[in-house]
Amino acid sequence: MIGQSPLRTFIAHAVLILGILIVAFPIYYTFVASTHTLQTILRPPLPLLPGGQLWNNYSEALFGGIGRIGGVSVGQLLLNTTIMALGVAVGKICISILSAYAIVFFRFPLRMTFFWLIFITLMLPVEVRILPTYKVMVDLGMIDTYAGLIIPLIASATATLLFRQFFMTIPGELVEAARVDGAGPWRFFFDILLPLSRTNIAALFVILFIYGWTQYLWPLLVTNSNDMNTIVIALRKMVSFADADTEWHLVMVTAMLAIVPPILVVVLMQRWFVRGLVESEK
Amino acid sequence: MAPQLAITLVFFYWPAGQALYQSMLRQDPFGLRTRFVWFANFRKVLADPAYLNSIQVTVVFSLATAIVAMVVALLLAVMAEKAVRGKGLYRTLLIWPYAVAPAIAGMLWLFLFNPSIGSLAYLLRSLGIAWDPLLNGTHAMILLVSAAAWKQISYNFLFFVAGLQAVPKTLIEAAAMDGAGETKRFWTIVFPLLAPTTFFLLVVNTVYALFDTFGIVHAVTGGGPGKATETLVYKVYNDGFVNLILGDSAAQSVILMAIVIALTAIQFRYVERKVHYG
Repeated sequence: MIGQSPLRTFIAHAVLILGILIVAFPIYYTFVASTHTLQTILRPPLPLLPGGQLWNNYSEALFGGIGRIGGVSVGQLLLNTTIMALGVAVGKICISILSAYAIVFFRFPLRMTFFWLIFITLMLPVEVRILPTYKVMVDLGMIDTYAGLIIPLIASATATLLFRQFFMTIPGELVEAARVDGAGPWRFFFDILLPLSRTNIAALFVILFIYGWTQYLWPLLVTNSNDMNTIVIALRKMVSFADADTEWHLVMVTAMLAIVPPILVVVLMQRWFVRGLVESEK
Repeated sequence: MAPQLAITLVFFYWPAGQALYQSMLRQDPFGLRTRFVWFANFRKVLADPAYLNSIQVTVVFSLATAIVAMVVALLLAVMAEKAVRGKGLYRTLLIWPYAVAPAIAGMLWLFLFNPSIGSLAYLLRSLGIAWDPLLNGTHAMILLVSAAAWKQISYNFLFFVAGLQAVPKTLIEAAAMDGAGETKRFWTIVFPLLAPTTFFLLVVNTVYALFDTFGIVHAVTGGGPGKATETLVYKVYNDGFVNLILGDSAAQSVILMAIVIALTAIQFRYVERKVHYG
């Protein structure tokens, strides 16, 4: 390794710290705002240190205020969002691991046709086909249901592709050995493939959980009633009131509650997250 | 296999087919009769000044977001590569925004830069800048780009770090032996070797700016002021769900699909080329 002057190392650290300040500042400031009274927030500039209203604001948001605004408790919103994020993550992993299994290990007619049918979906995010997909949802009566929130987001090929690539690296000898030992297709799947793909599943889970949690356009369309909103949508509805009426301190508390769970998932599962991200996209 | 195929067919091919079909229909104002008009909707959409405006807005927005997010991320990644100590900690602190929903990111930035209560807006005003993203289209655009780029920095950072680690250390040491300074080493060795990562990120960031930022636009500006920040996806939503011009909206969807397919095709050609390089 080449030696570095202390000055350059210092500059590197300084730039990084500056970067972290920029990256973390909006989140930190949200937290600060969530601990002040509405009056303090409405009179800028807001102090840089947290205020004394932490307990009051959070308990008001959790047990009172927001119920009055949207007619739904924050608990319900968080529950909806969690169900959606988990549903998307688990659902997508299940169906894609099954189809990757079928594509890689079985020979059947039209196999490649099916593969391409799925593969093409990789290219088109929900956003470009919102209107027709919405119509399908109406025809199937899936508006305002969890199924309606989750299932259309599952229809995409990224995870299938990742599992397919991974399965193709499994040596044929292993498959043969399992067969010689008398393991049927299901036995092979559960006893050999699943344990082998554990890290892949964990990585995908983190990414898909975040993906589900941060969805915006789709929940906005599919949910009409306030009880089915995700927290992101509800937050947007709180802000959309006339400027002066917005209860910013409660908005900020809700924002914190909406931000913290996915951040925790990312930070705690960082190792799998980074691996999954860098590998699945390449 | 069967479940994914069923879901794909029902929620993907059926809607996509309907989009194609719908894009060639035109309804009368009361929704009573529907006529098949072939490509008239496309002609109408493409001739519409509002649509052309929204294309322009989208291009400016996507490029600005991609470039800002990538430049900042590259800078941070290079610095993180140098700062041997504390690298893990820096990474942990830098990946947060990835987990923040675009719409929330937009709202946080709006909160900071809101002309009436935002603290940073206050700061800007006290510096003598007449900052008002709610009335000034350029300011609104700057706000959107900052929020969108901010959220994307962590993603790019992770990829650049991975890319930098793949650069052979021997090459860098050889160059140092030959007397190349740090700056020169970066531009002549590291940066060219990062080109595949950079290009990949450029495509990903453009796609991100095209689609995932709907939440930011919807939550922060609602396409306004005027139509200064109306991106293509926002317009599809607005025409289809708010103004209920179904034919036009469907035609726009089809055009968007074409754009995405083109971008993906570019990306795959590049991936194949990279395989040849080994």
